[in-house]
Amino acid sequence: MSAPATFVPSTFASLIAPGFFSSGAVRTALTIGVLVAIVAGVVGTFTVLRGQSFAGHAFGDLGSTGGSGAYLAGIGPLWGFVIAGIAAAAAMEAVGVQRARGRDLATGIVLGAGLGLAALFLYLGTTATSTTGATVTILFGSIFAIPSSTVPWVLLLALISLALIAILYRPLMLSSASPELAAARGVPVRLVGALFLVALALTVALTAITIGSILSTALLIGPAAAALRLTRSPRAALASAAAIGVGTVVLGIVLAYDSNTWPPAGHAWPVSFFIVTLVLIAYLASGVPAYLSRRRDSREGRDANAGSAGASTLGAGGETTGAISTVVR
Amino acid sequence: MFQGFMIDTWVVASIVGVIAGIVGFFVVLRGSSFVAHAIPNGAFAGAAGASLVGASTLLGLGVFAVLGALGIGTLGRHGRHDVVTGLVLAFMLGLGALFLSRTIEYAPAIYSLLFGEVLGISHADLVPTIVLALLCAIAIAVLYRPLMLSSVLGEVAAARGVRTFALDLAFLLLVALATTMTVPVVGALLIFSLMIGAPAAARALTSRITVAMALSVLFALISVWAAIALSYRTNYPIGFFVGTISAGCFLLGRLWSRIRGGVA
Repeated sequence: MSAPATFVPSTFASLIAPGFFSSGAVRTALTIGVLVAIVAGVVGTFTVLRGQSFAGHAFGDLGSTGGSGAYLAGIGPLWGFVIAGIAAAAAMEAVGVQRARGRDLATGIVLGAGLGLAALFLYLGTTATSTTGATVTILFGSIFAIPSSTVPWVLLLALISLALIAILYRPLMLSSASPELAAARGVPVRLVGALFLVALALTVALTAITIGSILSTALLIGPAAAALRLTRSPRAALASAAAIGVGTVVLGIVLAYDSNTWPPAGHAWPVSFFIVTLVLIAYLASGVPAYLSRRRDSREGRDANAGSAGASTLGAGGETTGAISTVVR
Repeated sequence: MFQGFMIDTWVVASIVGVIAGIVGFFVVLRGSSFVAHAIPNGAFAGAAGASLVGASTLLGLGVFAVLGALGIGTLGRHGRHDVVTGLVLAFMLGLGALFLSRTIEYAPAIYSLLFGEVLGISHADLVPTIVLALLCAIAIAVLYRPLMLSSVLGEVAAARGVRTFALDLAFLLLVALATTMTVPVVGALLIFSLMIGAPAAARALTSRITVAMALSVLFALISVWAAIALSYRTNYPIGFFVGTISAGCFLLGRLWSRIRGGVA
């Protein structure tokens, strides 16, 4: 199989030539990383708006089911991720992910069953071939061990997800901001939701092979949540989510590359650690304006509720909620 | 299956089942499945860190579970709860990746922590598990009324002066405590499915709170026992059985309530 079967630090030193930009592995990592960050930012914005972070994370974890299943079946891990993602999306839809109440429960049940299967696949896979570290590779992934032949496929998947979002843009935005209003205007809310779930599954399959199935959560949720705290305009939020994502990925790759020369020399730090930390910092920083305005509000002796209500509706974005938060302010 | 060395496993697993059934009941009531998944999963990083510095796994699990709960609680006060949960989880796993890259302890140990290990329970685990279970039981007894009120009727509880933020934090810490004792048995990835499968099934069967809670404990116990027995017989990982049986419980509960056309 063509899967990268090694863990970052051990292969890092041998994979990377002295120059940062002359290294093929770094170029591939940068290409895929930027691409994935853009798609994750766009899809993530809707994910956060719709309150489906758990589903977004679950697809990443379920990717380990697909990855380990693909490993057993001898097909490429990317296809394992894609198949598992779409199957999981269908299962969640069947169990009842479309109703806001019980949505997390349905996600959890599907995730639990999927992880159980992953345990079985990994067990069968590791006893059959005794490849140590397969578990860790699938779960944590490695952006530096992507074969460059994967790039065209990643590009294709990225285009499919973006195209889905572009086609669905207006009904999706409306039904994310206010399902009732969307239904009243004749938007097929359930169909839109199901199609979005497929786009989400494809996107997470993408992020999962770049920074690992579990850590993909950060890139999907973090930049989007940060962007939605900074701006109320949907388009601006989409653009800034993608920009924040790209920034964290590029900086993370550079830092991981540099870390090879840090104190315990010759032993690089995992790139996913850097990316996730940067994403968390970006999210925390995005809360500063709201925090300052909350403090100003309470200092001016206004009703403290106005500040927090404004801050929480700010996160909801969209035309309708944007209007609401303007009224509240 | 019931030889001497397995006795400790059965005892520990039964305690795990009872605690998971009770704590999980509140998880389902409060719609906190994501938190119940995130805290154990993130605590796994703590176990990796503990093995790095040579501390006990249980200590690492406990410290990270508590830190994760506090992080989700405080950040969630002014942010979206699900977003914050996801980010804290991702960050903890990022730390886990860092710790793992520094240790030489590879696949087998990690695998058993992620997916559980029946035969990994030794006599030495008995005392810490019992102590943690007692702590959990005391915490639940103290918090029972306000927690139940705020889980079922959030606004009413707030109106009656229940401090929602403090209670939310207390609930998260309860999950952290339950996590610490259950992860070594069932595994970091699948403990949450035990915590939501059984209670969700119980809730589908009856609308009476106390009966539902008792059923939840019963289902959780049956799930754990069956998973251990099957895992022992087949040698397949216990996590596989826990995940499948929990999902099965949930589906049967749903089916039952649909046939009856009842509460759900």
